[in-house]
Amino acid sequence: MTTHAFESPGQAFRAGAQNTIPLIVGAIPFGIVFGTLGPVNGLSFEATLAMSLIVFAGSAQFISLGLLAAGASPWLIVLTTFVVNLRHLLYAVTLIPMVRTLPQRWRAPMAFWLTDETFAVVAGRLGGEHTGQFHWYYLGSALSMYLNWQLCTLLGLTLGEWVPDIENWGLDVAMAVTFIGIVAPQVVNRPRLAAVLAAGVCSVWWRDWPHQLGLFAAALTGILCGLGAEVALQDRKSELAEGGC
Amino acid sequence: MEWAMLLGMMAVTFGIRYLPFALADRLRLNPWVERALSYAPMAVLSAIIAPAVLVPKGELWLDWRNPYLVAAVVAIIVAALTRNLLATIAAGMGLFALWRFWL
Repeated sequence: MTTHAFESPGQAFRAGAQNTIPLIVGAIPFGIVFGTLGPVNGLSFEATLAMSLIVFAGSAQFISLGLLAAGASPWLIVLTTFVVNLRHLLYAVTLIPMVRTLPQRWRAPMAFWLTDETFAVVAGRLGGEHTGQFHWYYLGSALSMYLNWQLCTLLGLTLGEWVPDIENWGLDVAMAVTFIGIVAPQVVNRPRLAAVLAAGVCSVWWRDWPHQLGLFAAALTGILCGLGAEVALQDRKSELAEGGC
Repeated sequence: MEWAMLLGMMAVTFGIRYLPFALADRLRLNPWVERALSYAPMAVLSAIIAPAVLVPKGELWLDWRNPYLVAAVVAIIVAALTRNLLATIAAGMGLFALWRFWL
């Protein structure tokens, strides 16, 4: 991932889209499967497509289908969507320093297109030099994800059963290795290692919690472990410094 | 009913994503919160990676035959050595394909 400053909005936009390509590949089977499953679970053709267009939240969309099939009420589905998407609150708060200088007409579309994938891509640029083109980089990533999601939903809706079990092609591994490629180089000290290990272990441990709350709780635990380790190491250093005097 | 549900889903999803952005000028984050949030990206991504790799088919699969796990281990090694995103993805996906082909 390039970290130098961008010369133009166009260059930033293209770099954002390019760095998202592996995640787009990883999202393809999910988009197609969502399209095929919508009508099977009682959504109309139009509503399946509209959900991808106006909600644009992969895991919440899948969970809503499961709940629809189980005969859940629309209220419960909206409430579940809220809980499943709580992790986006964490993403948005993390991005506050980057959007603070932007006008609201930028912030609203950026928020609408905020996903796990785009957060992962732009998080690689957090903490570095803040270029003036951050929003264009973000938009390049977000729009390419959005366009791909719509096309895949439509493909799944129209091809239906024609796509031979694409969920078994293993394209989902693209997402995992891309996220590893983003995270691993950032683990340069012990607090960060603590954050990563705690979040990973807890997310596996708590995977059966409903509505992905386990993921949210594991991320929070990781954050607290990182911060705790940072403070503990600092205290030890200052104690050593005092002892040396 | 279907459309009311869709609008509701859109409202809560956009609301969660937009609220912090909308208030960004007025929200002054406590320095402690800001320090904590510097761990957010790696913590969230790790919480997504670990179950995807260790529980790919619904059950914990700690075995060298798990292609997701092997791909992840290789990706971690390549990422640590090269710090190159594309090399990491290529190595991970390549090994995943080989593993599935062989086993």
